[in-house]
Amino acid sequence: MLYLRLFYEFFKTGLFAVGGGMATIPFLYDMADKYPDWFTRNDVANMIAVGESTPGPIGVNMATYVGYITGGSMGGLPCAILGAVIATLGLVTPSIIVILIIASFLKSFRDNRYVDSAFYGLRPASTGLIAAAGLSVVMSNLFFADALGRPLGQGSILDCINWKGWVLAAALWILTNQVKQTRKLHPILFILASAVVGILWGM
Amino acid sequence: MNIYPDLFLTFAKVGVMTFGGGYAMLPILQREVVDNKGWATEEELMDYFAIGQCTPGIIAVNTATFIGQKNKGIAGGILATLGVVFPSLVIISLLAGVITTFSHLAWVQHAFGGIRVCVCILILNAVAKLLKKAVIDVPTAVIFFVVAFGSYFTSLSPVLFIVLAALAGIVLKNMGVRK
Repeated sequence: MLYLRLFYEFFKTGLFAVGGGMATIPFLYDMADKYPDWFTRNDVANMIAVGESTPGPIGVNMATYVGYITGGSMGGLPCAILGAVIATLGLVTPSIIVILIIASFLKSFRDNRYVDSAFYGLRPASTGLIAAAGLSVVMSNLFFADALGRPLGQGSILDCINWKGWVLAAALWILTNQVKQTRKLHPILFILASAVVGILWGM
Repeated sequence: MNIYPDLFLTFAKVGVMTFGGGYAMLPILQREVVDNKGWATEEELMDYFAIGQCTPGIIAVNTATFIGQKNKGIAGGILATLGVVFPSLVIISLLAGVITTFSHLAWVQHAFGGIRVCVCILILNAVAKLLKKAVIDVPTAVIFFVVAFGSYFTSLSPVLFIVLAALAGIVLKNMGVRK
Protein backbone atom coordinates (compact mmCIF):
# COMPACT_ATOMS: atom_id res chain seq x y z
CA MET A 1 0.00 0.00 0.00
CA LEU A 2 1.69 3.15 -1.30
CA TYR A 3 0.26 5.62 1.23
CA LEU A 4 1.25 3.46 4.19
CA ARG A 5 4.80 3.15 2.85
CA LEU A 6 4.90 6.90 2.24
CA PHE A 7 3.80 7.56 5.82
CA TYR A 8 6.34 5.06 7.15
CA GLU A 9 9.24 6.54 5.15
CA PHE A 10 8.49 10.08 6.31
CA PHE A 11 7.84 8.98 9.89
CA LYS A 12 11.34 7.48 9.81
CA THR A 13 12.71 10.72 8.33
CA GLY A 14 11.03 12.80 11.03
CA LEU A 15 12.34 10.51 13.74
CA PHE A 16 15.97 10.30 12.63
CA ALA A 17 16.65 13.60 10.84
CA VAL A 18 18.39 15.63 13.54
CA GLY A 19 19.16 19.30 12.93
CA GLY A 20 16.32 20.62 10.79
CA GLY A 21 15.31 20.72 7.13
CA MET A 22 18.65 20.03 5.44
CA ALA A 23 19.03 16.88 7.55
CA THR A 24 16.06 15.33 5.70
CA ILE A 25 17.96 15.37 2.37
CA PRO A 26 19.93 12.12 2.98
CA PHE A 27 16.61 10.39 3.68
CA LEU A 28 15.18 11.65 0.39
CA TYR A 29 18.19 10.13 -1.42
CA ASP A 30 17.62 6.91 0.47
CA MET A 31 13.99 6.89 -0.75
CA ALA A 32 15.07 7.60 -4.34
CA ASP A 33 17.33 4.52 -4.20
CA LYS A 34 14.69 2.32 -2.58
CA TYR A 35 11.71 3.39 -4.67
CA PRO A 36 12.94 4.44 -8.13
CA ASP A 37 9.32 4.65 -9.32
CA TRP A 38 8.57 7.41 -6.78
CA PHE A 39 11.23 9.87 -7.92
CA THR A 40 14.90 9.90 -8.97
CA ARG A 41 18.04 11.23 -7.32
CA ASN A 42 17.99 14.07 -9.85
CA ASP A 43 14.48 15.11 -8.75
CA VAL A 44 15.79 15.58 -5.21
CA ALA A 45 17.83 18.64 -6.27
CA ASN A 46 14.68 20.18 -7.77
CA MET A 47 12.81 19.43 -4.54
CA ILE A 48 15.46 21.20 -2.49
CA ALA A 49 15.16 24.25 -4.77
CA VAL A 50 11.36 24.30 -4.51
CA GLY A 51 11.55 23.78 -0.74
CA GLU A 52 13.95 26.70 -0.33
CA SER A 53 12.05 29.11 -2.55
CA THR A 54 8.53 28.69 -1.18
CA PRO A 55 7.09 29.87 2.13
CA GLY A 56 7.26 27.39 4.99
CA PRO A 57 10.00 25.34 6.65
CA ILE A 58 12.15 23.69 3.95
CA GLY A 59 11.87 20.18 5.43
CA VAL A 60 8.07 20.36 5.44
CA ASN A 61 8.00 21.76 1.91
CA MET A 62 10.17 18.94 0.57
CA ALA A 63 8.04 16.30 2.29
CA THR A 64 4.88 17.83 0.85
CA TYR A 65 6.41 17.97 -2.61
CA VAL A 66 7.61 14.36 -2.50
CA GLY A 67 4.20 13.24 -1.26
CA TYR A 68 2.45 15.17 -4.03
CA ILE A 69 4.66 13.68 -6.77
CA THR A 70 4.48 10.15 -5.36
CA GLY A 71 0.72 10.26 -4.78
CA GLY A 72 0.25 11.80 -8.21
CA SER A 73 2.00 8.83 -9.81
CA MET A 74 -0.99 6.72 -8.70
CA GLY A 75 -3.70 8.85 -10.24
CA GLY A 76 -5.03 12.37 -10.56
CA LEU A 77 -5.08 15.42 -8.36
CA PRO A 78 -6.90 13.91 -5.34
CA CYS A 79 -4.29 11.13 -5.10
CA ALA A 80 -1.51 13.72 -5.31
CA ILE A 81 -2.99 15.91 -2.56
CA LEU A 82 -3.63 12.88 -0.35
CA GLY A 83 0.02 11.91 -0.87
CA ALA A 84 1.16 15.41 0.13
CA VAL A 85 -0.95 15.32 3.31
CA ILE A 86 0.21 11.84 4.28
CA ALA A 87 3.92 12.55 3.74
CA THR A 88 3.67 15.75 5.78
CA LEU A 89 1.76 14.09 8.62
CA GLY A 90 4.32 11.28 8.61
CA LEU A 91 7.13 13.81 8.96
CA VAL A 92 5.58 15.72 11.88
CA THR A 93 4.13 12.80 13.88
CA PRO A 94 7.45 11.79 15.52
CA SER A 95 8.13 15.46 16.36
CA ILE A 96 4.78 15.77 18.10
CA ILE A 97 5.29 12.57 20.09
CA VAL A 98 8.91 13.31 21.05
CA ILE A 99 8.27 16.96 21.99
CA LEU A 100 5.15 16.15 24.01
CA ILE A 101 7.19 13.64 26.01
CA ILE A 102 10.15 16.00 26.48
CA ALA A 103 7.89 18.92 27.45
CA SER A 104 6.85 17.00 30.54
CA PHE A 105 10.40 16.85 31.91
CA LEU A 106 11.96 19.79 30.11
CA LYS A 107 14.62 20.87 32.60
CA SER A 108 16.11 17.45 33.26
CA PHE A 109 16.30 16.74 29.51
CA ARG A 110 18.53 19.74 28.83
CA ASP A 111 20.87 18.97 31.70
CA ASN A 112 21.08 15.23 31.19
CA ARG A 113 24.67 14.08 30.65
CA TYR A 114 23.73 11.23 28.31
CA VAL A 115 21.52 13.42 26.13
CA ASP A 116 24.32 15.95 25.92
CA SER A 117 26.95 13.36 25.02
CA ALA A 118 24.70 11.71 22.41
CA PHE A 119 24.50 15.05 20.63
CA TYR A 120 28.28 15.33 20.72
CA GLY A 121 28.27 12.37 18.29
CA LEU A 122 25.02 13.20 16.49
CA ARG A 123 25.99 16.67 15.29
CA PRO A 124 29.06 15.64 13.22
CA ALA A 125 27.20 12.57 11.92
CA SER A 126 24.26 14.65 10.76
CA THR A 127 26.67 17.09 9.10
CA GLY A 128 28.47 14.16 7.45
CA LEU A 129 25.20 12.85 6.01
CA ILE A 130 24.35 16.25 4.56
CA ALA A 131 27.87 16.57 3.12
CA ALA A 132 27.52 13.19 1.38
CA ALA A 133 24.16 14.27 -0.05
CA GLY A 134 25.76 17.51 -1.21
CA LEU A 135 28.54 15.58 -2.94
CA SER A 136 25.91 13.57 -4.84
CA VAL A 137 24.23 16.79 -5.97
CA VAL A 138 27.61 18.15 -7.10
CA MET A 139 28.46 14.96 -9.03
CA SER A 140 25.18 14.96 -10.92
CA ASN A 141 25.10 18.68 -11.64
CA LEU A 142 28.65 20.01 -11.96
CA PHE A 143 29.86 16.91 -13.81
CA PHE A 144 28.11 14.91 -16.48
CA ALA A 145 28.33 11.92 -14.20
CA ASP A 146 26.12 9.80 -12.01
CA ALA A 147 25.87 10.48 -8.29
CA LEU A 148 28.99 8.38 -7.56
CA GLY A 149 31.10 10.26 -10.08
CA ARG A 150 31.12 7.68 -12.89
CA PRO A 151 31.13 9.55 -16.23
CA LEU A 152 27.94 9.27 -18.26
CA GLY A 153 29.40 9.99 -21.69
CA GLN A 154 32.50 8.87 -23.53
CA GLY A 155 35.64 10.86 -24.14
CA SER A 156 38.14 12.47 -21.83
CA ILE A 157 37.66 13.63 -18.27
CA LEU A 158 37.42 17.21 -19.53
CA ASP A 159 34.26 16.37 -21.49
CA CYS A 160 32.58 15.36 -18.25
CA ILE A 161 32.91 18.76 -16.64
CA ASN A 162 29.90 21.06 -16.75
CA TRP A 163 31.90 24.24 -17.43
CA LYS A 164 28.90 26.57 -17.38
CA GLY A 165 27.87 25.04 -14.07
CA TRP A 166 31.30 25.62 -12.52
CA VAL A 167 31.32 29.26 -13.61
CA LEU A 168 27.88 29.84 -12.09
CA ALA A 169 28.82 27.89 -8.96
CA ALA A 170 32.00 29.93 -8.48
CA ALA A 171 30.06 33.19 -8.90
CA LEU A 172 27.41 32.03 -6.42
CA TRP A 173 30.00 30.91 -3.89
CA ILE A 174 31.71 34.31 -4.02
CA LEU A 175 28.39 36.16 -3.73
CA THR A 176 27.17 34.05 -0.78
CA ASN A 177 30.45 34.03 1.16
CA GLN A 178 32.80 36.81 0.16
CA VAL A 179 30.84 39.86 -0.98
CA LYS A 180 29.61 41.78 2.04
CA GLN A 181 26.66 43.40 0.24
CA THR A 182 25.18 40.13 -1.05
CA ARG A 183 26.09 37.36 1.39
CA LYS A 184 23.19 38.05 3.77
CA LEU A 185 20.58 38.05 0.98
CA HIS A 186 17.87 35.43 1.08
CA PRO A 187 18.63 32.16 -0.79
CA ILE A 188 15.49 32.62 -2.92
CA LEU A 189 17.19 35.54 -4.69
CA PHE A 190 20.16 33.36 -5.64
CA ILE A 191 17.82 30.60 -6.80
CA LEU A 192 15.88 33.03 -9.00
CA ALA A 193 19.08 34.54 -10.41
CA SER A 194 20.39 31.04 -11.17
CA ALA A 195 17.17 30.18 -12.97
CA VAL A 196 17.57 33.27 -15.17
CA VAL A 197 21.23 32.42 -15.88
CA GLY A 198 20.19 28.83 -16.65
CA ILE A 199 17.60 30.00 -19.20
CA LEU A 200 19.81 32.62 -20.87
CA TRP A 201 22.86 30.34 -21.01
CA GLY A 202 20.97 27.14 -21.94
CA MET A 203 22.17 25.07 -18.98
CA MET B 1 -11.03 34.47 19.60
CA ASN B 2 -11.13 30.96 21.04
CA ILE B 3 -7.54 29.91 21.64
CA TYR B 4 -7.71 26.69 19.57
CA PRO B 5 -8.42 28.33 16.19
CA ASP B 6 -6.12 31.14 17.27
CA LEU B 7 -3.22 28.69 17.79
CA PHE B 8 -3.82 27.16 14.36
CA LEU B 9 -4.14 30.51 12.57
CA THR B 10 -1.20 32.17 14.31
CA PHE B 11 1.12 29.29 13.44
CA ALA B 12 -0.23 29.20 9.89
CA LYS B 13 0.81 32.85 9.70
CA VAL B 14 4.27 31.97 11.03
CA GLY B 15 4.49 29.21 8.40
CA VAL B 16 3.61 31.58 5.54
CA MET B 17 6.16 34.13 6.63
CA THR B 18 9.01 31.65 7.06
CA PHE B 19 11.28 31.08 4.10
CA GLY B 20 13.79 28.29 4.53
CA GLY B 21 13.00 27.50 8.17
CA GLY B 22 15.34 27.25 11.12
CA TYR B 23 16.75 30.57 12.28
CA ALA B 24 14.76 32.49 9.66
CA MET B 25 11.70 31.74 11.78
CA LEU B 26 12.98 33.13 15.07
CA PRO B 27 12.20 36.85 14.55
CA ILE B 28 8.72 36.01 13.28
CA LEU B 29 8.04 33.79 16.30
CA GLN B 30 9.28 36.54 18.59
CA ARG B 31 6.84 39.02 17.10
CA GLU B 32 3.78 36.76 16.83
CA VAL B 33 4.12 34.48 19.85
CA VAL B 34 5.99 36.59 22.41
CA ASP B 35 4.96 40.18 21.60
CA ASN B 36 1.48 39.82 20.09
CA LYS B 37 0.03 36.79 21.86
CA GLY B 38 2.12 36.46 25.01
CA TRP B 39 2.06 32.66 24.71
CA ALA B 40 5.71 32.35 25.80
CA THR B 41 8.44 34.57 27.17
CA GLU B 42 11.57 35.40 25.22
CA GLU B 43 13.58 32.98 27.40
CA GLU B 44 11.10 30.15 26.95
CA LEU B 45 11.18 30.67 23.20
CA MET B 46 14.98 30.42 23.17
CA ASP B 47 14.79 27.23 25.26
CA TYR B 48 12.22 25.66 22.93
CA PHE B 49 14.29 26.65 19.94
CA ALA B 50 17.47 25.16 21.40
CA ILE B 51 15.75 21.88 22.23
CA GLY B 52 13.91 21.91 18.89
CA GLN B 53 17.28 22.02 17.17
CA CYS B 54 18.70 18.99 18.88
CA THR B 55 15.62 16.78 18.93
CA PRO B 56 14.58 14.78 15.87
CA GLY B 57 12.51 16.49 13.20
CA ILE B 58 11.97 19.91 11.69
CA ILE B 59 12.96 22.75 14.06
CA ALA B 60 9.92 24.86 13.15
CA VAL B 61 7.57 21.96 13.88
CA ASN B 62 9.26 21.12 17.19
CA THR B 63 9.06 24.73 18.38
CA ALA B 64 5.39 24.99 17.39
CA THR B 65 4.55 21.80 19.27
CA PHE B 66 6.27 23.14 22.40
CA ILE B 67 4.40 26.45 22.42
CA GLY B 68 1.03 24.84 21.67
CA GLN B 69 1.59 22.23 24.36
CA LYS B 70 2.54 24.83 26.94
CA ASN B 71 -0.71 26.73 26.40
CA LYS B 72 -3.32 24.08 25.67
CA GLY B 73 -1.78 20.69 26.34
CA ILE B 74 -1.62 17.89 23.79
CA ALA B 75 -4.44 19.26 21.61
CA GLY B 76 -2.70 22.64 21.58
CA GLY B 77 0.59 21.07 20.50
CA ILE B 78 -1.08 19.19 17.67
CA LEU B 79 -3.06 22.23 16.47
CA ALA B 80 -0.01 24.52 16.45
CA THR B 81 1.90 21.93 14.43
CA LEU B 82 -0.90 21.47 11.91
CA GLY B 83 -1.03 25.27 11.62
CA VAL B 84 2.66 25.61 10.82
CA VAL B 85 2.56 22.95 8.04
CA PHE B 86 -0.79 24.01 6.54
CA PRO B 87 0.55 26.80 4.26
CA SER B 88 3.25 24.45 2.90
CA LEU B 89 0.60 21.89 1.98
CA VAL B 90 -1.51 24.43 0.09
CA ILE B 91 1.34 26.29 -1.63
CA ILE B 92 3.37 23.22 -2.64
CA SER B 93 0.30 21.38 -3.92
CA LEU B 94 -0.55 24.34 -6.15
CA LEU B 95 3.06 24.75 -7.29
CA ALA B 96 3.89 21.08 -7.86
CA GLY B 97 0.99 20.81 -10.31
CA VAL B 98 2.28 23.82 -12.24
CA ILE B 99 5.85 22.50 -12.30
CA THR B 100 4.73 19.06 -13.49
CA THR B 101 2.66 20.62 -16.29
CA PHE B 102 5.49 22.77 -17.62
CA SER B 103 8.49 20.56 -16.82
CA HIS B 104 8.87 19.29 -20.42
CA LEU B 105 9.49 22.80 -21.81
CA ALA B 106 13.11 23.48 -22.76
CA TRP B 107 13.37 26.80 -20.93
CA VAL B 108 11.95 25.31 -17.73
CA GLN B 109 14.58 22.57 -17.90
CA HIS B 110 17.31 25.17 -18.44
CA ALA B 111 15.99 27.13 -15.46
CA PHE B 112 16.22 24.05 -13.26
CA GLY B 113 19.68 23.35 -14.66
CA GLY B 114 20.76 26.70 -13.25
CA ILE B 115 18.79 26.20 -10.03
CA ARG B 116 20.43 22.84 -9.31
CA VAL B 117 23.87 24.47 -9.51
CA CYS B 118 22.63 26.98 -6.95
CA VAL B 119 21.43 24.11 -4.74
CA CYS B 120 25.00 22.71 -4.75
CA ILE B 121 26.27 26.00 -3.31
CA LEU B 122 23.42 26.29 -0.79
CA ILE B 123 24.18 22.81 0.58
CA LEU B 124 27.90 23.55 0.62
CA ASN B 125 27.26 26.73 2.62
CA ALA B 126 24.95 24.88 5.02
CA VAL B 127 27.59 22.19 5.61
CA ALA B 128 30.29 24.83 6.18
CA LYS B 129 28.11 26.52 8.79
CA LEU B 130 27.18 23.24 10.54
CA LEU B 131 30.82 22.09 10.57
CA LYS B 132 31.81 24.98 12.81
CA LYS B 133 29.38 23.83 15.51
CA ALA B 134 29.65 20.09 15.00
CA VAL B 135 33.34 19.37 14.46
CA ILE B 136 35.07 20.71 17.55
CA ASP B 137 37.86 18.18 18.15
CA VAL B 138 39.52 15.08 16.68
CA PRO B 139 36.79 12.51 17.57
CA THR B 140 34.03 14.65 16.05
CA ALA B 141 36.18 15.15 12.91
CA VAL B 142 36.60 11.37 12.65
CA ILE B 143 32.85 10.83 13.05
CA PHE B 144 32.18 13.44 10.35
CA PHE B 145 34.53 11.84 7.80
CA VAL B 146 33.49 8.26 8.54
CA VAL B 147 29.79 9.12 8.17
CA ALA B 148 30.30 11.33 5.09
CA PHE B 149 32.33 8.70 3.20
CA GLY B 150 30.30 5.78 4.55
CA SER B 151 27.07 7.36 3.44
CA TYR B 152 28.44 8.43 0.06
CA PHE B 153 30.00 5.14 -0.98
CA THR B 154 27.50 2.69 0.49
CA SER B 155 23.72 2.53 0.36
CA LEU B 156 23.38 2.00 4.12
CA SER B 157 20.42 3.77 5.69
CA PRO B 158 21.05 7.18 7.32
CA VAL B 159 19.26 5.75 10.38
CA LEU B 160 22.17 3.38 11.02
CA PHE B 161 24.72 6.21 10.99
CA ILE B 162 22.59 8.37 13.31
CA VAL B 163 22.09 5.60 15.88
CA LEU B 164 25.77 4.56 15.85
CA ALA B 165 26.94 8.17 16.14
CA ALA B 166 24.70 8.80 19.15
CA LEU B 167 26.14 5.70 20.82
CA ALA B 168 29.68 6.76 19.90
CA GLY B 169 29.02 10.17 21.44
CA ILE B 170 27.82 8.65 24.70
CA VAL B 171 30.78 6.26 24.90
CA LEU B 172 33.44 8.86 23.97
CA LYS B 173 32.16 11.59 26.27
CA ASN B 174 31.66 9.40 29.30
CA MET B 175 35.04 7.69 28.91
CA GLY B 176 36.57 11.18 28.96
CA VAL B 177 34.74 12.07 32.17
CA ARG B 178 36.08 9.11 34.07
CA LYS B 179 39.73 9.76 33.18
